[in-house]
Amino acid sequence: MSLLHILKKESLQKRKDVDFGILIFETTSDVIQAENTLRRAGCEIRVMGPPPEIRTGCDLVIEYPIMDQMLILRILGEAKIGYRDTVPVTSPLLTPVDLYFVKDFGDYLMVRAANMKITVDKKTRFIVNVSGGGCPDVPYLAHEMTGKRLDEAPFPRDIGHTLCAYALQLAYEEVARRCLP
Amino acid sequence: MLAIVGTVPDHELPIIHGPLTVDGGQVKLGDRIVEINRGTPALMAAACATQEVLTGKAPYGFLVGDIGRGSGSRHLLKYLAEHLPEFEVHILTLHYLQPIAHWHDRLLQTIEGLPCRPLLIADAGFMYAAKMSGCAEKYDLFTPDVGELAFLADESAPHPFYTRGFILHEENRVPDLVRMAYANKNAARNLLVKGESDYVVRAGQIVDTVDSPAEEAMEAMGGTGDTLTGIVSALIAAGYGITEASLLACKTNRMAGFLARPTPASNIMEIVRHIPAALRQVLGGCRSSVRVL
Repeated sequence: MSLLHILKKESLQKRKDVDFGILIFETTSDVIQAENTLRRAGCEIRVMGPPPEIRTGCDLVIEYPIMDQMLILRILGEAKIGYRDTVPVTSPLLTPVDLYFVKDFGDYLMVRAANMKITVDKKTRFIVNVSGGGCPDVPYLAHEMTGKRLDEAPFPRDIGHTLCAYALQLAYEEVARRCLP
Repeated sequence: MLAIVGTVPDHELPIIHGPLTVDGGQVKLGDRIVEINRGTPALMAAACATQEVLTGKAPYGFLVGDIGRGSGSRHLLKYLAEHLPEFEVHILTLHYLQPIAHWHDRLLQTIEGLPCRPLLIADAGFMYAAKMSGCAEKYDLFTPDVGELAFLADESAPHPFYTRGFILHEENRVPDLVRMAYANKNAARNLLVKGESDYVVRAGQIVDTVDSPAEEAMEAMGGTGDTLTGIVSALIAAGYGITEASLLACKTNRMAGFLARPTPASNIMEIVRHIPAALRQVLGGCRSSVRVL
């Protein structure tokens, strides 16, 4: 058994021994803001899909170890990030997509994560197109990012508000990993 | 009348509606001008370009500004839920709107209460909302790409972002994904699946595929799926049956791409301006060869 396998197994066992709660927010942009803040503070959190009973549409929740609840709520309070509710996790949550599709067009490289695609000029590293998706911030993100260099463009997670923006952030990170030095 | 509903990335734009025209790289809706970059304006421009060839009758547009916060979408859906009966809509195409189950259901309730129910086409966010609400079967046509088809096939995914990994978005799995989407009652009566090959699906059966001409760069361009939805909407509005309109739309969109010779960095307007010539070519070439399905 490889070391990675052993570590993964230990991590899964550790997760089984811990109770989790989820933070529910009004909008996906609040989730993205909270995720950034909590990660910066070193909290162990995961962005997940909500359980069916609280789904409203285009939404995400933040899963956290329940024993860290007081700390997490204090960090959010200090950052003035509001949330709607906290509830314990009672059933498995949906996991965001983690598969990427990469297509090389010669001069251009396209990466797709879930339903979002980003295409970059490999030589200049300019973002030449953003496509896919169905939420209304996709045209906005495309407008803000297209024509800018990868390392100068705004992050989708900073200016987007929906799951499509979240998917574009993943695609952006993958194309940046492949194209930036 | 064909009515097209969607959003533009300008949070200050209030609800506007009126007949649509295209002038250069802009869509005119009444006295308002909207740039054609991608999204709903691209769909509108493609529908205008198609109707210009077929009937000369302008589609009608409903637009609102929304940059993803959802408030514009909510306002527009509420407006339509209350006012749609005042418009004589025969085909309704719903597009880039925040997928909000509640407002989807409210609008659908209004539509079902109309004395003459319009033919319903959904793409992008509104298609997500239709699936999530469990109402997919009430729609006449969905226009997903292969990734979105995988989302329709996954009965537990509320958004393409959560499509489970084992439901692979692979072109050669389209027949399986179609079967799964219909088995789970998450597909419209007809599907037009956009991809390397386009699939025309009626009542769960793949009745035709189109794979040429092929311009690989179109996959990377924003708006090429939107133009296809615009073309098929306008063809249906001109009287073509859904299956035949889907087949002609696939050919026309591909032909427009072929004439434009795009690169992955091209703008969608380069495709839109070739739609009238492409449609004339497809209709001319298809008179004797198109199989009316």
